[in-house]
Amino acid sequence: MSVFSSLQDAIRESVRDGDVVAMEGFTHLIPFAAGHEVIRQQRRGLTLVRMTPDVIFDQLIGAGCASRLVFSWGGNPGVGSLHRLRDAVEHSWPCPLALEEFSHGAMANAYDAGAANLPFAALRTHPGGLADVNPRYRTVTCPFTGETLVAVPALRPDVTIIHAQKADREGNVLMEGIVGVQKEAVLAARRAVVTVEEVVDSFEGGHPNACILPRWTIRAIAVVPGGAFPSYAFGYYSRDNAFYRSWDEISRTRDGFRAWLDEHVMRSGPEAFAARGRRVA
Amino acid sequence: MTTPYTGDEMLTVAASRAVGNDDICFVGIGQPSAACNLARLTHAPRITLIYESGTIGVRPTVLPLSIGDGELCATALTTVSVPEFFRYWLQSGRITVGFLGAAQLDRFGNINTTVIGPYATPTVRLPGAGGASDMAVCCQRIFIVMPHSKRGMVERIDFVTSIGHGSGGEARARLGIRTEGPVKVITDLCIMEPDPTTKELTVTSLHPRVSKEAVASATGWPVRFSDTLTETREPAVSELEVLRALRADTARAHGAA
Repeated sequence: MSVFSSLQDAIRESVRDGDVVAMEGFTHLIPFAAGHEVIRQQRRGLTLVRMTPDVIFDQLIGAGCASRLVFSWGGNPGVGSLHRLRDAVEHSWPCPLALEEFSHGAMANAYDAGAANLPFAALRTHPGGLADVNPRYRTVTCPFTGETLVAVPALRPDVTIIHAQKADREGNVLMEGIVGVQKEAVLAARRAVVTVEEVVDSFEGGHPNACILPRWTIRAIAVVPGGAFPSYAFGYYSRDNAFYRSWDEISRTRDGFRAWLDEHVMRSGPEAFAARGRRVA
Repeated sequence: MTTPYTGDEMLTVAASRAVGNDDICFVGIGQPSAACNLARLTHAPRITLIYESGTIGVRPTVLPLSIGDGELCATALTTVSVPEFFRYWLQSGRITVGFLGAAQLDRFGNINTTVIGPYATPTVRLPGAGGASDMAVCCQRIFIVMPHSKRGMVERIDFVTSIGHGSGGEARARLGIRTEGPVKVITDLCIMEPDPTTKELTVTSLHPRVSKEAVASATGWPVRFSDTLTETREPAVSELEVLRALRADTARAHGAA
């Protein structure tokens, strides 16, 4: 059952060293504020799970929080490489990072299987060279048609962290726009932490098919306006594409990255996100 | 006298001409996105464009920087979840054309976007598959768009991210894959298509003022030319105007210098 708490308390209680931590949001609603809190609390040895490890995971990896990455596309969308991810993979800086790599289709199906409490997902794809480097790619024969399908194990994170637009006073959570894989990631996880833009009295009068996560699927909710910045929250503020472009330069060197991290994460807090979101409203 | 244009513009225009009103297109960011939206704004106004963020039937006024920009959702006919997109819409075979880019491509249309060098100790770590390897199997046909260079068009790719025609011939069908795979490679120099029997990529059309020698020296394998080699039609002024306006609006919207 969800409880409202500060972001600090939500992360302190739900994310432990060594946990498997999924943070989802497909370009939209990326939980940046929560990711920064994980960095500030200096969690170590995490297995980070995300279909599209972009700038937020570049920051977590560069800050030394992760020892393993489960992913399907690692880049700064439309811009280029993630320099901190590459430095970790190519030079083990600041620590070695093991990779467990899938395709988007495989990860989306693996979350879906996790949410459905099934042990694995079957899908039609060709893993190419990943089958040689990721032993979790297997095959399964359809008992009805004999077709060989690719099988991947269900994703079951210890904790999933997402950002959403609204919570109501009871602690139910509503998402709109590009909803990505967040519902599946929350339902697949043992614990879920959600940051939201705002709390409203109720969701009555909304669309009957709205994407709502009931309060009993969530451990903790923290109200963090602007918490998805520099990604966006549909209906609240836009994606700060200029920041994504500037990240390429900021993150290119270890010193440049550390200076940025120190100023904007270590010596900052979740309250700073409200102003960031307003800038691009 | 024709309007001067760049190789990249020729590529984008040629790619836009390869799709039509009846196509259901899986669109990636970059050149595919520019090409598909150019098609929509010129000869194919009823084309269906889908981005892997689950946005179906989008009509963006500026090109998105990422596959999940708000512009896509705001102009989409409907937006579905990512698992629904990959399961019901892509895997089911409903998408007619998928556009893929490549860091490395071999003569049978197999694509590497994962690593340069060995997987465990790469010289360059690239983004990885994303949805590309799923598209390569599930879209009815694949168009590949990429700049033509010896670095990209190689004898042997370092990693197979997305399967094309495998080792050539009937290899794809032997893997149990029922879709066509790569049917066109569109570069800034030419258009290549797989030979009907061997599936080796063969140059079928040279862009204007591009020589066979220029293509051969930019290709990392001894490239073959079709017996019925043609010349790509020059970009029309109207195509260039629409493309340039789209890119100018996009640059303004994304705050680029």
